[in-house]
Amino acid sequence: MNLFAQQLINGIFIGSVYGLFAIGYTLVFGVLDILNLAHAAVFTLGGLVALWLVQSAGMSIWAAFPLATLFSGILGLIINAVAFVPLRHRPDTYFSGLISSIALAIVFESAAIGIFGARTVRFPISTIAVHIWQIAGVTITSLQVEIVMIAACLMAGLTRFLRRSRSGKAIRAVAENERAARLLGVHVDGIIAFTFFISSALGGAAGILFGLYFGALSPDMGRSIELKGLAVIVLGGMGSIPGAIIGGIAFGLSEVLTVAISGTSNLRDAVAFTVLFAILLLRPSGLFGRRQIRET
Amino acid sequence: MMLEVNHLTVTYGPIEAVHDISLNVESGAIVTLIGPNGAGKTTLLNALSGVIPVRGGNILFNGQDITRMSPHRRVAEGIIQVPEGRLVLAGMTVRENLEIGAYRRPKSGIAADIARMQERFPILKDRIEASAGSLSGGEQQMLAIARGLMAHPKLLLLDEPSLGLAPLVVQMVFDIVTELRQNGLTILLVEQNARQSLAVSDNAYVIESGAIVLEGPAAKLRSDPAVIRTYMGQGL
Repeated sequence: MNLFAQQLINGIFIGSVYGLFAIGYTLVFGVLDILNLAHAAVFTLGGLVALWLVQSAGMSIWAAFPLATLFSGILGLIINAVAFVPLRHRPDTYFSGLISSIALAIVFESAAIGIFGARTVRFPISTIAVHIWQIAGVTITSLQVEIVMIAACLMAGLTRFLRRSRSGKAIRAVAENERAARLLGVHVDGIIAFTFFISSALGGAAGILFGLYFGALSPDMGRSIELKGLAVIVLGGMGSIPGAIIGGIAFGLSEVLTVAISGTSNLRDAVAFTVLFAILLLRPSGLFGRRQIRET
Repeated sequence: MMLEVNHLTVTYGPIEAVHDISLNVESGAIVTLIGPNGAGKTTLLNALSGVIPVRGGNILFNGQDITRMSPHRRVAEGIIQVPEGRLVLAGMTVRENLEIGAYRRPKSGIAADIARMQERFPILKDRIEASAGSLSGGEQQMLAIARGLMAHPKLLLLDEPSLGLAPLVVQMVFDIVTELRQNGLTILLVEQNARQSLAVSDNAYVIESGAIVLEGPAAKLRSDPAVIRTYMGQGL
């Protein structure tokens, strides 16, 4: 039973990182109805830049984290300006944006390999002080708690920002009806760029937390989370922020529980995606899907 | 002259949607555009709001050339459009819709304005925290007008405000238009309901196929046999 409880806790920890990655993904989709397939590359670069700041520039992780997050946000502005803005007025903008964001993801990945090397790299042991607690037979580390706290704060912060602030309401207005937002005086192009900034900053932050959690970072680590992130936002309902959070945790739980029950990690992805498939059969628009998935 | 439109031409691809239109709106006046569906009335309003590009001609607002000004700056200047079909933000609450109406204004005074709108449009007061999508068509039109007023317009562009509404609500809309004018607001009104819109207007233009075919004081157009035959038939 303790093993089960332990896996449950682990699932929530890793699920919170998936959720953080996925809310950035789903935010851009919710506003623009497009998938930014360079999101996973930003996840990778965010983690690698944080590592570089710690290892080579000798910074504390508490300084490197916000700096690398800011850097990731700037990557988002570049993705918008290079991959999406030039195609926005084309009739095939949804499809062409998908392709050009894949291209930019490859550029980012190649840059990561060129600058940081192709090897798997690790945060130095001394990066973050780790305490280990045993509570009723369940092991929890202070690092895990910190990761889940940071992810939770960022997710709560985004939700509050979208609900309360003037810019957050403008983002929602653009998401709902671009033409109406424009007629109300919203600078739509600026709001879209800002949305990419927030989305990528959160994606980069998820990459840093992922790197801290597993200790290891590699230039291709975005690959595995890319498909998971997509599964998470489909599961939660495309464009839904709470859906992405719940979906992320559900996905993390299904992964670790599969490993715990089957005793092997071979079935991990198979079960997770089977669960996704089953949920979509029952609820085609996802758990929280208020927004209908586009059918063309 | 608050608004001067000179030889305006707007094209959609190869189609000329608005051809060489000139019109004036005097400060404090209500000017009506009437004409059949697809005549270019909405296109003209969208060109005035800056959401579609202009091919030729120019637009002067209080003497300033705004032909190439971006839409959000025109809103800041006080040109506010209440679009056809209302375009309320259905997933946001009535209050949020009103708040975003004041997007280009400084924060102070917004809460007081929302209170004033609730007073003027009691229907919104009861539903202030409801999602705008849950309102009826007439309520949504009231919200769209209130949201436009939140921006403190100098010139209000009203596109088909009575379209699809029950007769009682249509009367409410025209009462509001009259009241706004008494408060000194300048209004450019696009309407299919020619009888009622001419009754509240000072001047009117008739647009057909993207060009102005008739213009003059509203009272004169109301008794024009061609206008009566084409736009006031069918017992409207």
